[in-house]
Parts: sequence; structure tokens; C-alpha cells
Amino acid sequence: MSVVTIERKVLEKNDAVAAENRARFQEHRIAVLNLVSSPGSGKTSLLERTLERLGATLRVAVIEGDVQTDLDAQRVARFNVPAVQIVTRGGCHLEANLVREALASLDLTALEMILIENVGNLVCPSNYDLGEAAKVVMVSTTEGDDKPLKYPAMFRTASVLVINKIDLLPYLDCQIDELTSNALRINPELRIFRTSCRTGEGVDQWCDWLRAQASGL
Amino acid sequence: MHELSIAQSIAAIAEEYLDRQPETRVRTVRVKIGELAGVVPDSLEFCFSAATAGTRLEGARLEIEHIRGRARCPSCGALTPVDGFTFLCASCGGEGLTLVEGNELQVTELELDDD
Repeated sequence: MSVVTIERKVLEKNDAVAAENRARFQEHRIAVLNLVSSPGSGKTSLLERTLERLGATLRVAVIEGDVQTDLDAQRVARFNVPAVQIVTRGGCHLEANLVREALASLDLTALEMILIENVGNLVCPSNYDLGEAAKVVMVSTTEGDDKPLKYPAMFRTASVLVINKIDLLPYLDCQIDELTSNALRINPELRIFRTSCRTGEGVDQWCDWLRAQASGL
Repeated sequence: MHELSIAQSIAAIAEEYLDRQPETRVRTVRVKIGELAGVVPDSLEFCFSAATAGTRLEGARLEIEHIRGRARCPSCGALTPVDGFTFLCASCGGEGLTLVEGNELQVTELELDDD
């Protein structure tokens, strides 16, 4: 019997493909964001409200990740932006090679921004780098103000937090200040937006930030 | 449930070694898993045996070394234990800790049956 030392990262293959993706995004000066949340927080709704505002002035594409169906890609394609659906067929998160395959359907020379909507899941996507410039984690007020404490890994790897469904606050026990301070306890660097995709409140500030990300490249 | 995909990545690393050393048999795959890496050890073990069934790794055991979370406090400089729920300095209550250990997801060693 003998023992050999390996010392290799389990996800090194994913990380290597993510680095290739990132190099391509940088080469084409495309700002790429990876949007993550639980199912039902409002990722697709935020994309719809975003594309209404930015679709005409910013050359943006969307990559949709879902376990099954292309319903989300159909929703965003109404805004006349290139939309690619990745169906993971049971997979609970996107991996870098799936994004690389999706890029084959996009003309990178014609884009300034790609918004990737990950599979609805607050656990698994935190381990997988896709090559994005930043992860944006979304949480909705209906999920409760302790969500960041329950899913700390995701809040730690994200750079931006969008708190959605703020129009429902009067009807909920969720304390938004508590939610915010819980998130900042996990990650004090988080940039925070408060939105209602239903009323449109706060979406302009989010879009201003997105525009700044694209023009900063 | 991304443990299956993690288990497959672990198996792929061991398989690569077997490609170079086809005469050997892997008895144990040793991995380091950080407490904050978001991986459930029991489910990873289960997935590993499922992922390796019918392959050259069939019967190999997955041995998991658990790495406790430790972080550096920016306020007092202490190295403090952390878990998923309390990301605060145990010495001074400081926030904004930098994780030092606990995020590991690494294959460390293979124990081989090469007698």
C-alpha cells in the first residue's frame, strides 16, 4: 500500500473554464453579472424591468439557467435582446462550461453586458465561478430578514445585494433594516439596492449602477 | 444537491491518476472539506459511491477531513473561529472578518493498493 499526494482543488476544471470565460469577457469589454437567489425572489422580473429601461440603449444579452423549460428565456426575449436558455435537466446550478456553450450562440463583439440568471438556489451556485465580474444575490422581503444568516456562503461570495418586493413590507414581519444589517454582518462590502419589480421603485438606481459597470470597461 | 457534481469532480481527479498508473487500484480518496464550503459530508459520501459504481474507483472509500472555519478580525487582529451563523469575532465582537480557513474543497491524497 502507498499514499500519493494530490493537492488539487475539486473544482479546478470549472475554475479553469471560468478563467477562460472571464478572459473572453475582458477581451470584448463585456460586463458580466451572475444573478443568484432562491426560486421566486424575482430574478426574471428584475431582468424584465431592467431590459425595459436598458434594452434600447445598452447592448445586453441574457443567459437563463433553469432546471427545465425555456419559459424564462421567452419572457426576456420579448424585450428584443439576445437570450440563451441553458436547461440543466436536474442540475441545481450553472457551471462554467455550460456558460461557455451558451456563449457560442451570442455575438460577443456586439455586446456590452451579459446578465446570467442562475438556477434558483441559494446554496450550490456559490461554489461555481462562471467567469462573471460579480455575483448579485437577490432576496425578497417575503423570505424573511434572517435569510443572509441562513445562507452565508452566497452572501459572502456576492458583491451586490438586491432586496426585492419592498412594496410588500407593510404586510410582512420582515424588518428591512434587520435584513440589511444581517447581510452586512456576513459581508460588509455588499452594495445594496432595494427594489420592487411590481411598482418599479428602486429599479432606476439598480439600472444606473449597471450602466456604470458597462461604461467602466 | 450539488454534492453529486462535486463527487464526480473528485472521482475525475482520481481517474486521471489511474490513467497514468493503470496498474494500481485506489483504496481511499482523501479530501479536505471546509465547514463553510456549503457541502454536506454525508451526502457527498453517498454521492461518491454512486458516482464511482461500475468504474475503476468502485469500492474506493472517500475520507473527509473537516476543516473548521477560522477568520481574521480586522478590528483586533485575532484569529477567531467562525461557523456559518455567527460571522463575528469571538474576542471583540468585530465584524467584516476575512476567512482564513473553512472554504476548502480539495483532493489531498490517494491511498493505493499497489502491492
